[in-house]
Amino acid sequence: MAGFAIRVGGAAGDGIASVGEVLSRSLARMGLHTFGFNAYQSVIRGGHVWFQARADRERVYSQGDGCDVLYALDKATADMHLSSIAAGGCVIHDPEKFALPASEVPTGVTSLEVPTLEIARKRTSQSILQNAAGLGAAAFVAGIPLEVLQTTLADSFGKKKGDIVEWNLGAAADGFAHAEQKASVNDHAVARAGPGKLLMTGNHAIALGAAAAGCKFLAQYPMTPASSIMHWMAAHARDLGVVVKQAEDELAAINMAIGASFGGVRSMTATSGGGFCLMVEALGMAGMCEIPLVVVESQRSGPSTGLPTKTEQGDLNLMLGAGQGEFPRAILAPTHPADAYRATVEAFRLAEAWQTPILVASDLHLSENFSTVDPDEIDLHVDVPSLETVEPNGHEYKRYQYTPSGVSPRALPGQPGLQWIAGSDEHDEKGHLISDVRSGVPIWVAERTKMMQKRMRKLDGLRADTAKPIREGPANAPLTVVAWGSTVGAVRDAQRILAARGVAINIVYPPTVYPVDGPATHALLDGAGKVLLVEGNFSGQYGRLLRTETGIDLQEKLVKYDGEPFYPMEIVGRALELVGHG
Amino acid sequence: MAESSAGAQVVLGTPLPLLGKSDTKPTWCPGCGDFGVVAAVEMAVKRLKIPSHNVAIVSGIGCSSNLPHFLSAYGFHAIHGRAIPVAEGIRWANHGLTVIATGGDGDGFGIGAGHFVHAMRRNVDLTYVTMDNQIYGLTTGQASPTSMMGHRTKSTPDGVIENPIDPIALALAAGATYVARGFSGDVKQMADLIQGGIAHHGFAFIDALSPCVTYNKINTFDWFRQRVYKLESAGHDPTNIVTAWQRALEWGDKIPIGLFYRTERPSYEDLEEVLAAGPLAKQPAGLRGREAILDDFR
Repeated sequence: MAGFAIRVGGAAGDGIASVGEVLSRSLARMGLHTFGFNAYQSVIRGGHVWFQARADRERVYSQGDGCDVLYALDKATADMHLSSIAAGGCVIHDPEKFALPASEVPTGVTSLEVPTLEIARKRTSQSILQNAAGLGAAAFVAGIPLEVLQTTLADSFGKKKGDIVEWNLGAAADGFAHAEQKASVNDHAVARAGPGKLLMTGNHAIALGAAAAGCKFLAQYPMTPASSIMHWMAAHARDLGVVVKQAEDELAAINMAIGASFGGVRSMTATSGGGFCLMVEALGMAGMCEIPLVVVESQRSGPSTGLPTKTEQGDLNLMLGAGQGEFPRAILAPTHPADAYRATVEAFRLAEAWQTPILVASDLHLSENFSTVDPDEIDLHVDVPSLETVEPNGHEYKRYQYTPSGVSPRALPGQPGLQWIAGSDEHDEKGHLISDVRSGVPIWVAERTKMMQKRMRKLDGLRADTAKPIREGPANAPLTVVAWGSTVGAVRDAQRILAARGVAINIVYPPTVYPVDGPATHALLDGAGKVLLVEGNFSGQYGRLLRTETGIDLQEKLVKYDGEPFYPMEIVGRALELVGHG
Repeated sequence: MAESSAGAQVVLGTPLPLLGKSDTKPTWCPGCGDFGVVAAVEMAVKRLKIPSHNVAIVSGIGCSSNLPHFLSAYGFHAIHGRAIPVAEGIRWANHGLTVIATGGDGDGFGIGAGHFVHAMRRNVDLTYVTMDNQIYGLTTGQASPTSMMGHRTKSTPDGVIENPIDPIALALAAGATYVARGFSGDVKQMADLIQGGIAHHGFAFIDALSPCVTYNKINTFDWFRQRVYKLESAGHDPTNIVTAWQRALEWGDKIPIGLFYRTERPSYEDLEEVLAAGPLAKQPAGLRGREAILDDFR
């Protein structure tokens, strides 16, 4: 089986995302690797939205390219997506909603007419019930057993009981039965592949990872695509004992998180590029005051408001340079949800160990789309040590004591006898300002230099303490693809497609985008064949970083800034151009 | 005694140092009103017998925001305009601490005005003291949000043409539960007002008229001395919101100082259910043994 993809499309407000999520979860419960892709717009009603649920026995890392089933709730969906249906696939629609002339249906594609509105009317006047009928038909075509679909559908209503749930289950059964009359449409159906998998978005994984790492305080201001981190944490706040604060703006959100960290808890804030711009000044304060802090930056298409519901990797330069002056930071770039869980746990460890802000770079594609994760990829047994690391010992306490690592002992408010001042001004070892009456005085000029060096030593420590770049695939492959973050997913899918065609490629990607480990990067790229840089921005920002830090200049680039994630076939096409048709 | 005074954290029988001066001398100009404010803060905390290690003093940027360095408590000298959100974060991390935010009129009513308003509506249990000198001093004399109409400054050579913010009226409108105005020329009353603010359950705002002796040649100590009168002497009832509003709108020949308004309503910390289990910093963290959380994703 080469995998299976179900696409459903309609207008915003039609419930497309709910249908897609039920399909994705049903497939995950069948033990299939699943990717759920939600293509939506910045409107609440109307427009065109679609969702693709793609499943396979092998791991799938992206939305894939075409689909096998299209469930079109409106004509616009049919017009836009009919050509994406693979040969042998089918299109589901209700002729009462719109006519689909046979001449418009591609050769080799079956048209399956399902009376979804009629099925709904048998139960209620609420036309939204039609979705359950369409869902039933799509499930039959895909090979999802009716009982799996019905259980998942019922679970999607949560604790809700009564007619609405029963109507949905009945309509799903009717749609399923209707499709069953045309049994040949499920020739490509999937089958149960093993124990159920977890289905989560990157944002779920980030929130879960934060909680596992001991995060007790999350402050955010709503902004797509970071908001669902706050939503998940807020839904579990009481249960987990996490204070979740929706702040008045991103300025407040990051400053609250910094205050909470100073006050003695692990804390985090999350936002997208626009909000991160507002946080930049405080990020530098966390660096200067040596406050541990985790900041999630989930990128979307910029500049400015840009395309709020579309993805991009355009904020790397911003994350690298955010804040006046220089201070140590690390930027972690997870590639899929299981990775995002681990990266978030790691971000908290690093923030505490190095007492400085750690950024987790996500993007809309990772943050909001669904992927399956094996339960054993989520290790909840994270060590959460006490933050009280210093006790009074009769000696004078120096919060910013010079140490070989640059990390100084940190006392928390409430600890007797260790009072100190966190100063955003330059300060000496005790935290006393050297910015006013001391500035420019020779001994304090020297002190400033020493304090700057103390902080920046932590960058060397971070470089040694963070994950090295990774190579996936044969070392001697004629083509190496360099990518970072969620784009690695489409490259992995492309690698599999190419392998099936006899073309080997390897992928080199950095779990830690910054600081860059030069020798480790050289070790992976110096002996490579052709190298192609793939990233989701206009100028190739990661390529520029690599050139600056390592001198490695990647000439071949595949960049994308149209708001859409990479599709595996785009990468396959470019790879074949570079290394021939194997 | 203040709910926030954290007496519970003190080991009985162990005398712990009360708040005092630090080893850093204030760098304010001789005669600056801020000397009176730091003295009043020290006096107020001492009288409440809150050990210095259970106090966190947070400020933004500006002349007055250097205040935390001059006292022996924990302190956070943050960036311009952000004292309040930092202070809120500290409160929510450990509501056993007494948290005092300080700063100037530019810091609090200009760049930080949004945070000021939101902290009051959420009634966070902290005390906010603004050293209001109606001028930007550290940047050498530009108009501030409280500079009066017509005030000629470096940035307004022909005089200010914007109506000033009235911090007291703003606080009443935003729902602050303790609203007072002090004057650096009367440190004893200021200490009483700050002490009352710290003891108050909820957001306490004290606008301290604190003349800048270098850059504000209009709103001087003498200018204020000729105008201020005490609300308590005038028979003002601080529980009456209507008369509080009337007094708040007085500014000119007569300027009231004292407690304008005080009321009781639950603080943010009272209503944040997670904090019912005690200070967040003392609560368990992590997901060990919480495998059921993964059912969310099945």
